[in-house]
Amino acid sequence: MHNLLPLPFFHVWSYLQTQPLMGLTATLCTWELACFIDIKAGHKPITNPTFLSITLLACALLITGTPYSAYFNGAQYVHFLLGPATVALAIPMYANRHSIKKHFVPIFISLTTGSIVAAVSAMLIARALGAPHDVLVSLGPKSVTTPIAMAVAQNLGGQPPLTAVFVMITGVFGAIICTGVFWLVRVKDWRAQGLAAGTAAHGLATARMILINETAGAYGGVAIGLNGIITSVALPLLVNIFGF
Amino acid sequence: MVRSIMMLLLCQLAGTVVQEGTGLPIPGPVMGLVLLLGLLIWRGGPSQSLHDTAGGFLKYLGLLFVPAGVGVVTELQVLKANALAIAVAIPVSTILGLVVTGVLMQWLLRGKADA
Repeated sequence: MHNLLPLPFFHVWSYLQTQPLMGLTATLCTWELACFIDIKAGHKPITNPTFLSITLLACALLITGTPYSAYFNGAQYVHFLLGPATVALAIPMYANRHSIKKHFVPIFISLTTGSIVAAVSAMLIARALGAPHDVLVSLGPKSVTTPIAMAVAQNLGGQPPLTAVFVMITGVFGAIICTGVFWLVRVKDWRAQGLAAGTAAHGLATARMILINETAGAYGGVAIGLNGIITSVALPLLVNIFGF
Repeated sequence: MVRSIMMLLLCQLAGTVVQEGTGLPIPGPVMGLVLLLGLLIWRGGPSQSLHDTAGGFLKYLGLLFVPAGVGVVTELQVLKANALAIAVAIPVSTILGLVVTGVLMQWLLRGKADA
């Protein structure tokens, strides 16, 4: 008992680094803080809680010199839930089944074309500017919702953390510019706007569309799920065809 | 609620078994999504409990990809080495994706009202 009092802080610190408690607590605390900032800022695309949390936690790890593996030791419990959450996307897709069924052919054609254009153009541009294979295949699924994008990147030999970052950048960028782009190219149909936002920039742009129009939001939701499935199937083929 | 989580995990497990067994490039959880969608269409919709549990997962979807995103600290060298490629490829391809999908969808839906 007497050795408890003079126990140096670094001893506690190094003990905690071997335990899951710190990584898990830090993740949840940072998330709550990020949500608070996002609400105070009025839900700006740039204060997206996921984007903020990643930035804050990454800075904290770099400043304290904590290795990512020590952090992930705790954060893995949150990470694991991505799997069942992806499966859960089936429920909103089922809820929108009538609308999907009615316009299935236009949805399928536009979404597949847009999805392939976004993925292939990203990989072609990056290759032309000298990016290596693992960066290219990590970039390919960037327009898809994160859990699916990371799994696709992993299957193709990419870096899932890198893909998660690319997905975030795509989402923040898409959410900021989507309304301006639609205005420029005169896309006025809410269904087309929602589908395009969900296809090119997943949940982040969809969240922006939900605030503007309900129909656009529903089509964005459909696009997130369908694009996840289409990209999972098409991207490995495209990577082979273009030889990325 | 436990039954709903069990349902989601079983679909994911079945999807992963199919993916590992067949070597298909579709991720296990995506296969699980398709499987659950098939089940819902066949059985006629989710129970209230499954509906609520799925809603709970999706409400916090943003939180769930934080741990993987923090992995960026292990990729800083890669990001730095490919900064130009990334800074051009992501904005250009995202705009192209938005334009192509939006214009095509609007053209295909011209004159077609929603139900």
